[in-house]
Amino acid sequence: MKKEEIPQDDGALNKLTKEVVYAVDNTGKYVTELSTGWDVKATALDAAWKDIEERVEAAKQKVLDKQASPILYFMELRLMDLDIVAAYTGFWKWTIKQHIKPGVFEKLSESKLQKYATAFSVSIADLKTMNVNED
Amino acid sequence: MKIEFEHLQAAHCENGVTTNLLRSIGINKITEPLSFGIGSGIFFIQIPFLKINNGPAIAFRTMPGLIFKRTCNRLGVPVIRKKFNSKEQAEKFLEECLQQGHPVGCQVGVYYLTYFPKEYRFHFNAHNLIVYGREEDNYLISDPIMEKVTTLTRYELERVRFAKGALAPRGQIYYPKENTIVTDDKIRAAIKHGIKKSVNDMLHIPLNIAGVKGIATTGKKIKKWRDKLGPQKAGLYLAQLVRMQEEIGTGGGGFRYIYGAFLQEAYAYIPKDELPEISKIFTQSGDLWRTAAVQAAGIYKGRIGSQQDFNIMGDYLLEISEIEKKAFKALSQIKWH
Repeated sequence: MKKEEIPQDDGALNKLTKEVVYAVDNTGKYVTELSTGWDVKATALDAAWKDIEERVEAAKQKVLDKQASPILYFMELRLMDLDIVAAYTGFWKWTIKQHIKPGVFEKLSESKLQKYATAFSVSIADLKTMNVNED
Repeated sequence: MKIEFEHLQAAHCENGVTTNLLRSIGINKITEPLSFGIGSGIFFIQIPFLKINNGPAIAFRTMPGLIFKRTCNRLGVPVIRKKFNSKEQAEKFLEECLQQGHPVGCQVGVYYLTYFPKEYRFHFNAHNLIVYGREEDNYLISDPIMEKVTTLTRYELERVRFAKGALAPRGQIYYPKENTIVTDDKIRAAIKHGIKKSVNDMLHIPLNIAGVKGIATTGKKIKKWRDKLGPQKAGLYLAQLVRMQEEIGTGGGGFRYIYGAFLQEAYAYIPKDELPEISKIFTQSGDLWRTAAVQAAGIYKGRIGSQQDFNIMGDYLLEISEIEKKAFKALSQIKWH
């Protein structure tokens, strides 16, 4: 890539910082230059977030339809998979799968609920009702 | 408590931490491209059967932590590195380091990294930053991907140092020991060592998942994604590929440009005419990676998406694989003596 061809598009990272990009100048020497972003990768990130939003919505609907417990909803909302939930709560993956069943979830003790609430950064009440007060 | 420290921005976090920590002990000649090349950072792998954020597990660089470790080792700089089971011990050790005047590298997770934009906060646990002091409740942070320094509260720093999941940092701290003199001869030897290791990584790893063969394998897989996954998910897979290739820290073209810059800088130490010539091949490869990314973007934006479009995408990777094979073969044939 030539230095003049470095894209200066907008992107989410631009809120925080410009980033260093490497390119060659007109003598063929590598130099660095700051870039505000590149449309191609900004849209890649957008595509990933659109997918996440759809997964969160689908999970929410499943909970409302009593096919899953709110744990599924918060897992998707917090971008976690079973491995990550297991790491933050200390439960086995198999156990978490059980807790994702609405019937099992309803009978969970306060202390178990608290582990999920902590992992998802919500209160137990909000965990049960899928209530989210963002940041 | 604030240590004299100069923050230099880098494309990639680990290169930047390596460069800045070495500078903090008076080793000023190791630029970002040199640390990336000496540390044999360049790589490609698609790990089979593993999914990250519901997409393919693709990396354009070597395992996190290795660039710092190898660069220091190859320059003969001893490294202190510690992991912790308890948060209290982790903070105590950090405080001791700062009191002794050592800026330290920390491995952290980005999900709770408060200064990052929300869009970047995934459960990725191998980000690196430098702590160079504390003012009351705020740790002074040099994050190499940023233009300026920043801060994190005690709680915020503890939280990211003890992020959980894959590659959990477990409070990991590292820094190079001072009082090492790095001569130009040492740098020359380290450059050769770094190149040889990269040649091996890119050409000689068995199975077809890594190196130039891995690039070709992913290219062939891409052609099947549309049928296998459906157009929408196939598009998301391509978006993931592009993010790994271009998102924060690769310097563009999946680190291929940084490697091109490395070979030019290497030439200043080792005047072999092949080095700047091979650097051009890496520029060509980086350019083609970016052309492929534009094609991928057409697909995940929904502008194009026929099987033919996926074939073109896959063929780009097959072509890149050939270009990089040529580049690494040429590197392997340099007569160093």
